[in-house]
Amino acid sequence: MLGLRLYMAQRLSAMVMGPLVLGHLAVMVYAIQGGLSSAEILARTQGSVAWFLFYGGFVLAVSIHAAIGLRVILHETTGLRGLALELFTWVMGLGLLIMGARAVAAVTVL
Amino acid sequence: MEVSVWRGAGDRGGYQAFSVPAHDNQTVLDVVSWIQQAVDPSLTYRYACRVGMCGSCAMMVNGQPRWTCRTHVKRVLEDGKLQIGPLRNLPVIKDLAADMDPFFDKWVKAGGVHKPSRSRAEPIQQVSPDEPGRVVANTAIECINCSVCYAACDTVAGNPDYLGPAALQRAWTLYNDVKVQDRQAILDAATGPGGCMNCHSQGSCTRFCPNELDPLSAIAGLKRAAAKSFLKGRG
Repeated sequence: MLGLRLYMAQRLSAMVMGPLVLGHLAVMVYAIQGGLSSAEILARTQGSVAWFLFYGGFVLAVSIHAAIGLRVILHETTGLRGLALELFTWVMGLGLLIMGARAVAAVTVL
Repeated sequence: MEVSVWRGAGDRGGYQAFSVPAHDNQTVLDVVSWIQQAVDPSLTYRYACRVGMCGSCAMMVNGQPRWTCRTHVKRVLEDGKLQIGPLRNLPVIKDLAADMDPFFDKWVKAGGVHKPSRSRAEPIQQVSPDEPGRVVANTAIECINCSVCYAACDTVAGNPDYLGPAALQRAWTLYNDVKVQDRQAILDAATGPGGCMNCHSQGSCTRFCPNELDPLSAIAGLKRAAAKSFLKGRG
């Protein structure tokens, strides 16, 4: 239930996610060890184009990657196919994108 | 020893118990043949060569796919018991005979039919055994189409459209064969519906292949070729 385009989308989004996950972990360790408060973190991220691109890219990659992965799991466990499977994939992808975009906007947009 | 054998046709049936005399040198196929010859002549199963060449006698033995003519009972006996069933992931015709049609249909679907680049009238193409493509192609030519890999594959079990390890390994062989003219056509077939992208790389195919072939690596090769082809704009 995976065409070549979806396969490549999932692989390429994984390649994007890899370094971003490591970057996110590094930021978490740095922020905690430095003892930054929430307000101090937000002061650094809000209005920052770099953090917007970093976490915006991460959310976009996750939305694509997870939606395709869940599509495969659903098909192989329930046999769902056709329009219902397409709808499920889009709802999952857009749902993750909207939720992630809200979080990114809250942290990086002034 | 206690042997339970699947009896039935299609989706319906159950295991029937038989008591079979044990011998020092005895294959699983010997056990099935003994039951058919000495106890119940109506037991249906399939075999031909008995020496691991024809690929027709594969069955599930204690839950795992095996070529029964080359599987010694003492290697697979569990607590003195043997359970023998038809191959997994295929429809059952009757008893131990699985319907191989879906397996071979997918073989064709994956581009497994050889389409030569030269006609009968032209001279035979010389192929160097050292040519890199030929070396890769050679690794899979001992496939006997037994469907053990197909029965072992959990992806086939979850996704019946998936072409399966044997068909895709065949596609990879032809893709590397210098005698094949249109390699892209093979790649297109192997990346079509149910194609190589659906493989989860679990490796049961390579683990269970009785000829110790490596369909897992063949499918990985197809995936690499497909990704390169996609990035060159053939998506």
